[in-house]
Amino acid sequence: MLDLDLHLQRGSFTRQVRIQSDARVLALTGPSGAGKTSVLNAIAGLLRPRSGRIVVDGQVLFDSERRVDLPMHRRRIGYVFQEARLFPHMDVQRNLRYGGHVQAQAARFGFDAVVELLGIASLLQRRPRNLSGGEAQRVAIGRALLSQPALLLLDEPLSALDAARRGELIPYLRRVCTETGLPMLYVSHHPDEVQQLADGVHVLE
Amino acid sequence: MFDFSPDELVAIRLSLKVAAVAAIASLPPAIAMAWLLARRRFPGRALLDALIHLPLVLPPVVVGYVLLVTMGTRGLVGAWLLEHLGIRFAFRWTGAALACAVMGFPLMVRAIRLSIEQVDRRLEHAAATLGAPPWKVFLTITLPLAWPGVVAGAVLAFAKALGEFGATITFVSNIPGQSQTISAAIYNLLQVPGGESGIWRLAAVSLCISLGALVLSEWLVRRQRGRETEVL
Repeated sequence: MLDLDLHLQRGSFTRQVRIQSDARVLALTGPSGAGKTSVLNAIAGLLRPRSGRIVVDGQVLFDSERRVDLPMHRRRIGYVFQEARLFPHMDVQRNLRYGGHVQAQAARFGFDAVVELLGIASLLQRRPRNLSGGEAQRVAIGRALLSQPALLLLDEPLSALDAARRGELIPYLRRVCTETGLPMLYVSHHPDEVQQLADGVHVLE
Repeated sequence: MFDFSPDELVAIRLSLKVAAVAAIASLPPAIAMAWLLARRRFPGRALLDALIHLPLVLPPVVVGYVLLVTMGTRGLVGAWLLEHLGIRFAFRWTGAALACAVMGFPLMVRAIRLSIEQVDRRLEHAAATLGAPPWKVFLTITLPLAWPGVVAGAVLAFAKALGEFGATITFVSNIPGQSQTISAAIYNLLQVPGGESGIWRLAAVSLCISLGALVLSEWLVRRQRGRETEVL
């Protein structure tokens, strides 16, 4: 499923990260500063590793030896960031459809199904500024799903929320995990949070 | 007081045309340049930045002279354009628009660049992970969010073009109907006895146009901001 061997440059020293996993939902944990977000950024193409290889589901996204470095928009990696990063000048509907133009016939996730799954039907006409943190994060998850990704990255999607909102979002995350069948890499420093969702855990030191 | 002479009307119409064409025609290159300076790191960037700002610090007469030498009918570029494309700048209103565009370009690039720099790059990254190639990210995320700066830049360039005098008169002279803009017409009236009433009329007109442009741009920017924050 996921085969990584990365040398990440960090200031003056480099860090090596190796992850090989067949778990469909893999949790990535470790103390802050362990480079969890850097690993996600490298997979998404936001950060170029000094060297190494990134293979997702048989598809080579990056390979320094073979000089492969797919640009971000061609990697088909859905990314749910810590903050929702919704586009402020578009309503929820247009946010959701932003990535939807990709291979329409090969669509794995339909618009209505995703809206239903995340319970965001009543929010479609709203602007991102008028959403609560939990609502915005659900829209962000839906937007990522509708871009028809091969892998979904979640970078502590609950960390920007208070305890109540967190409890509100967890059931949705669980539904996304169980009902979409999508491979996921889930970063969290709460072991209990990931135990409910993940099939495997990788700990970064 | 407001019965304009035919020459004054011609000058007002010409000024509006020259300023509008200068502002609109410089928008695409100004946006491209602003994006380049705001978002790309490349060798020679500081030099390019300085070159773009030159018209701001050079005497306008020098800019006009450089245009005359390069874009005139016997200038290197001007001769080629005239021969191959039939485009003539010398002593035409097109030349006045070119001079105004060059003089206003730094102001326009500055305004647009500042607003592009304020666009959250994390939104651009999010768009890229959703499968948007760089051109789509620019057109659907960066440019709409930098819109207030684009409007401000265009209005600044328009206002600058209305007031431009030195470069225009050096490059295309002061020909009624071709290159005599409001400023040049005022300058002309200063040379003749009894021109005061004409000067007042033209001054009042340029005040109204500039004020109108500022109010319009403020309204456009507010409308855009309102759309982003509107409560439903």
